[in-house]
Amino acid sequence: MSGTFVGMPAFPTAAREALGDTQLRRNLAHATRVIRDKRAQVVAEVEDWEELRLAGAAVKEVALRDLATHLETLEASLTRAGATVHWARDAEEACAIVASVTKAHGVDEVVKVKSMATAEIGLNEALEAEGIAAWETDLAELIVQLGDDLPSHILVPAIHRNRAEIREIFLRRMGDVGRPAPADLTDEPAILAAAARTHLREKFLRAKVAVSGANFAVAETGTLVVVESEGNGRMCLTLPEVLVSVVGIEKVVATWADLDPLLRLLPRSSTGERMNPYTSTWSGVTPGDGPQEVHVVLLDNGRTRALADDVGRQALRCIRCSACLNVCPVYERVGGHAYGSVYPGPIGAILNPLLHGVADEQTASLPYASSLCGACFDVCPVRIDIPSVLVDQRAAVVDQHRGDRLPKPEALAMKAAAWAFSDARRLAWAERASGLAGRVIGRFSRTSLPGGRAAAGRLPGPAAGWTGARDLPAPPEESFRAWWDRTDGGRR
Amino acid sequence: MRVVLQVTCVNDAMFPDTGKAVVRLLRRLGVEVDFPRAQTCCGQPMVNTGYLDEAVPVVRTFVDAFAGYDAIVTPSGSCAGSARHQHSIVAERSGDPALVAAVAETGPRTHELSEFLVDVLGVTDVGAYFPHRVTYHPTCHSLRMLGVGDRPRRLLEAVRGVELVDLPHASECCGFGGTFALKNADTSIAMGADKARHVRDTGAEVLVAGDNSCLMHVGGMLSRQRAGVRVMHLAEVLAATEDDEGMDA
Repeated sequence: MSGTFVGMPAFPTAAREALGDTQLRRNLAHATRVIRDKRAQVVAEVEDWEELRLAGAAVKEVALRDLATHLETLEASLTRAGATVHWARDAEEACAIVASVTKAHGVDEVVKVKSMATAEIGLNEALEAEGIAAWETDLAELIVQLGDDLPSHILVPAIHRNRAEIREIFLRRMGDVGRPAPADLTDEPAILAAAARTHLREKFLRAKVAVSGANFAVAETGTLVVVESEGNGRMCLTLPEVLVSVVGIEKVVATWADLDPLLRLLPRSSTGERMNPYTSTWSGVTPGDGPQEVHVVLLDNGRTRALADDVGRQALRCIRCSACLNVCPVYERVGGHAYGSVYPGPIGAILNPLLHGVADEQTASLPYASSLCGACFDVCPVRIDIPSVLVDQRAAVVDQHRGDRLPKPEALAMKAAAWAFSDARRLAWAERASGLAGRVIGRFSRTSLPGGRAAAGRLPGPAAGWTGARDLPAPPEESFRAWWDRTDGGRR
Repeated sequence: MRVVLQVTCVNDAMFPDTGKAVVRLLRRLGVEVDFPRAQTCCGQPMVNTGYLDEAVPVVRTFVDAFAGYDAIVTPSGSCAGSARHQHSIVAERSGDPALVAAVAETGPRTHELSEFLVDVLGVTDVGAYFPHRVTYHPTCHSLRMLGVGDRPRRLLEAVRGVELVDLPHASECCGFGGTFALKNADTSIAMGADKARHVRDTGAEVLVAGDNSCLMHVGGMLSRQRAGVRVMHLAEVLAATEDDEGMDA
């Protein structure tokens, strides 16, 4: 039904294609700016925001430090509360568990709460292969699903679509899978939302099985928490008879009190709201109220791999707010699809390599999909130092190729530069050579920079990457060091 | 106080006028700088591309060249950030406790130019004269890695004759990003094009920043567009006086 990221090209190639899409550029620039400004406004209201960030980071850090213990406590609490706990090492195991629970009830459809974990494991496609339809009930996820599209943002997966496109998708596809959109549908947001509401209502009322994720899992009480805006989650969590929740193992916190900083940080960072409209919490089964059969699938899928990485493990603190996406100048221009994962943007650029390693070319390209400007670190509510992790993952990519029989041109260039930079006499020699090149450019180039300095225009070969759109100043005939020697630091 | 200039490899090889401007400016303020010939590069190009082993001998060169000085001044937010925040990563990687100890000495003594002027020398009016319409781009590493805040702005505001205009969306990255500018050239250019547009919108004659590598990127783009905007390092503006003919430092 919806697409898949399998086979996506490496980031630079995917980005080039996205950059050529003028509609996408406009949609993204507008949407990220609106949400970025909203966040900045509500964060500025909180006097102790920096202390709150420290508290949020500390809560997650403490949980991760002793993850195994907290998970065992969580399992015991959940079991005591009447839930069935499953452990899934990877996507395949997790999908198989959800499919088997669904099949045990003899149904061929489930309703879904928006969940990154289930998107990560490709649950919808896996269920579809088993003859089970998974209906997304979050408005943006519904738009993505009906459009046979891929999500491009963690919070707003249809951020790359504008309302005219959404109207067109609803008109074209809703009828195929349920109640059609009204023929007189306009592109007014309220009208579009009403059409989705009517379309989804019959699915909520009919479904026997619901599938969710969880924003947090409290070990001491066996409580799962879902934070949302639309109320579709509350419908899924309360109406069906059976509830299956797929929860990444890093979602665990030790105590109820630990939720305090996180529930304050998340809405302001994510939707730019002081408080989110719906926070649902449930602890196993409550007789006579809500689902009477509750399953929790605790998912690893690379998380223990990330946990073992001294620098990268901080990425497991992530609460999926997507503030880093909204401030990222790279994300703003290329959108989410270029990252080839349900986790795009700065957090995706570190999380995907940490979860899956950097063996394939696509994942290995992600740590480089950043100018290291640091805007992501500034807004992260749990203080993940994304730039430092990006650099560390770049080192992982390089280290992986250290044994290559045929080194990449980049590796040779870096070795040459390191050689020149390891001894000032070598650098001085290189500068004399570049001064000669500068003299040649000065003689033959017809390009000059404002102010009169000679420059190179379009050059062939490896230099084309720079000079395709940027003039390059000609190297000066005399380096600073040569000037210093000649003039005794300007005193002669 | 023994003060030393870390001119940076980019300025040494490509923008010597910036280094000369720092020398001239500090001399005017009564500070003589040394220039140890053993200096080369801070190692950032290797570190930020993931070549940590290759960065080890470069960082060693850095600490050997600058050991024993009270203050290391550099006209680059990015290189100061590298010394203060990345040298320890490289030193740890080397497994050499002597290098770990050495970078712990040089890192905190490394100051970006505006930090040195405002915090160490305690001046904001450096006696400069620059009668031009100017806009200022705060580069990412000076802004977010070092936290220089409004120091460069305060220095520019004190320059006589200058007309300082706000750059829209100033704190957004220009798209240079070191090897990012080549490895992801299309995205880098898309970011630079937006920055260049914001610069043109100000109607400024001169775009000023504290990092020549970022200026080489935005300036190269402005030049290609025939936008008629010149780029200049903060040091060159602060070094300029009534005695200067034209704008050349």
